[in-house]
Amino acid sequence: MNYHGILAIYKFEMSRAFRTIGQSIASPVISTVLYFIVFGAAIGSRIEDIDGVSYGAFIVPGLIMLTVLGQSISNASFGIYFPRFTGTIYEILSAPISFFEVAIGYVGAAATKSLVVGIIVLMTAGFFVPLEIQHPVWMAFFLVMTCITFSLLGFIVGIWADGFEKLQLIPLLIITPLTFLGGSFYSIHMLPDFWQKISLLNPVVYLISGFRWSFYESSDVSLGVSVTMILVFLGICMALVAWIFKTGYRLKN
Amino acid sequence: MTPAISVQGLKKTYADGYQALDDITLDVQRGEIFALLGPNGAGKTTLISMICGIVKIDTGSVKVFGHDNVHDYRQARSYIGLVPQELTTDAFETVWKTVSFSRELFGKSSNPAYIEELLKKLSLWDKKDAQIRTLSGGMKRRVMIAKALSHEPEILFLDEPTAGVDVELRKSMWAQVRQLREMGVTIILTTHYIEEAEEMADRIGVINKGQLIVTEEKKVLMKKLGKKQLIVHLHHPLSVVPESLSAFELGLSKDGQCLVFTYDPAIQNNGVLDFMDALKSNAIGCHDIETHQSSLEDIFVQLIGES
Ligand SMILES: Nc1ncnc2c1ncn2[C@@H]1O[C@H](COP(=O)(O)OP(=O)(O)OP(=O)(O)O)[C@@H](O)[C@H]1O
Ligand SMILES: [Mg+2]
Repeated sequence: MNYHGILAIYKFEMSRAFRTIGQSIASPVISTVLYFIVFGAAIGSRIEDIDGVSYGAFIVPGLIMLTVLGQSISNASFGIYFPRFTGTIYEILSAPISFFEVAIGYVGAAATKSLVVGIIVLMTAGFFVPLEIQHPVWMAFFLVMTCITFSLLGFIVGIWADGFEKLQLIPLLIITPLTFLGGSFYSIHMLPDFWQKISLLNPVVYLISGFRWSFYESSDVSLGVSVTMILVFLGICMALVAWIFKTGYRLKN
Repeated sequence: MTPAISVQGLKKTYADGYQALDDITLDVQRGEIFALLGPNGAGKTTLISMICGIVKIDTGSVKVFGHDNVHDYRQARSYIGLVPQELTTDAFETVWKTVSFSRELFGKSSNPAYIEELLKKLSLWDKKDAQIRTLSGGMKRRVMIAKALSHEPEILFLDEPTAGVDVELRKSMWAQVRQLREMGVTIILTTHYIEEAEEMADRIGVINKGQLIVTEEKKVLMKKLGKKQLIVHLHHPLSVVPESLSAFELGLSKDGQCLVFTYDPAIQNNGVLDFMDALKSNAIGCHDIETHQSSLEDIFVQLIGES
């Protein structure tokens, strides 16, 4: 293993984030505050409790997931796309480092950044609603797994993209709808039967459900199903990355 | 002794169907400076990229100090430092950070003292905390060289290292390259400046349309292919080469003051004497004679023309 190499990539990516630390933190904090003003205070006060949880508190886990998913994908995809775009990837391709190690560096850094942002959003939420976390260990598990899985997905997007438009396409066209329809702001039990069934095809439902369970012990699907789904999703992403590395897809001519 | 680089039957066809390399076989010996010459699009960068692992190998193999660069890539790549043709750097990083990054990427623990020495040698020390985007083109080129040398490679690839570098700096870079060679570093460089190859290289490879048409010691190459010119300074200028001398390969200088006779010094009956005789019998007076060895440039143009 080229530990120095992995660490070099990781440090490089983290320092890139520190250069723009203002933006990195300000934008999720601002959007969280806005969500709370609109959904928590303005609309939320007229919505009755869901499974015994006030609406403001109910949306906290979904809001964190929404941010963490978006951050993971954009961080990781940009992280690997940018050196491809500028050409500095030549150095990584010529270094005695395996693709696997390269992925650990990039995905690790992206996951760390989104984890930090997730925690910041959680703390911001704490100013608006009293937080209670019934199962902190499970909460950490879901948060970390989501950061890793979606950073991997972002990494794949960053390798697949051959232009800045495509880089934004996936988050915009796929991830945003999936998170909004994944029960960030409602329990899928509130949907008509048909749409409930459709919702079960959405992987984000399982993430948000499991994550919300770790807060309030209320969930749309059972904990076991949530855990299984996230592991399956992680497995799929890892398999895709492994395939990319084996074939050099979009990395080598 | 195992060669530093051993390339066997290397072929490359890009995805668009263009064949960039056609069966290249080449050994570069430890400690030599090897210059790769060739016109634009000849395949120089492609060859280097394949040796360094940036472009996939279709057929053939590359060994670096005996280590296959696909199966044993960690070992093979760890020997190599690469300065690519394009100036690709992280605009917002500082010089110090980007050079340190390269060293660690190649699996070496950080060594500030070595990086400091390196930056001083490349006259970059006072720019160490500057963002790369604030540097001039020549400085960026030197940053790329510093990155390539950061992990103390035994083989250095320089893909057109002196493109866009001023004369003075070019000379100092040549001196540094020689210094590296003295330390035992093997150097492979590509260049369009033939004077550069002439000045620096121990051995020269000429590549054209994906084929290596010659690899030869520089001296041998210049001797083997190098014709000489006998330049005769005339008493009275001529407007055309006299009919009576048409048996010889002759040229006339622009001002008509000199006759230029091209001959091959490697051949015994090359006509030098006959030419002198012919001058005398035609009563063409001269007051000076000089000979001129054709440059690598002449050889190069000749080779590319033939292939
Ligand atoms: N990624 C690519 N896809 C398709 N064709 C390519 C690619 N890279 C290079 N080529 C083609 O391969 C040929 C050789 O290119 P290469 O860059 O190796 O030339 P070169 O000898 O380095 O030229 P120069 O002196 O201009 O740098 C060119 O015709 C080029 O168009
Ligand atoms: Mg080139």
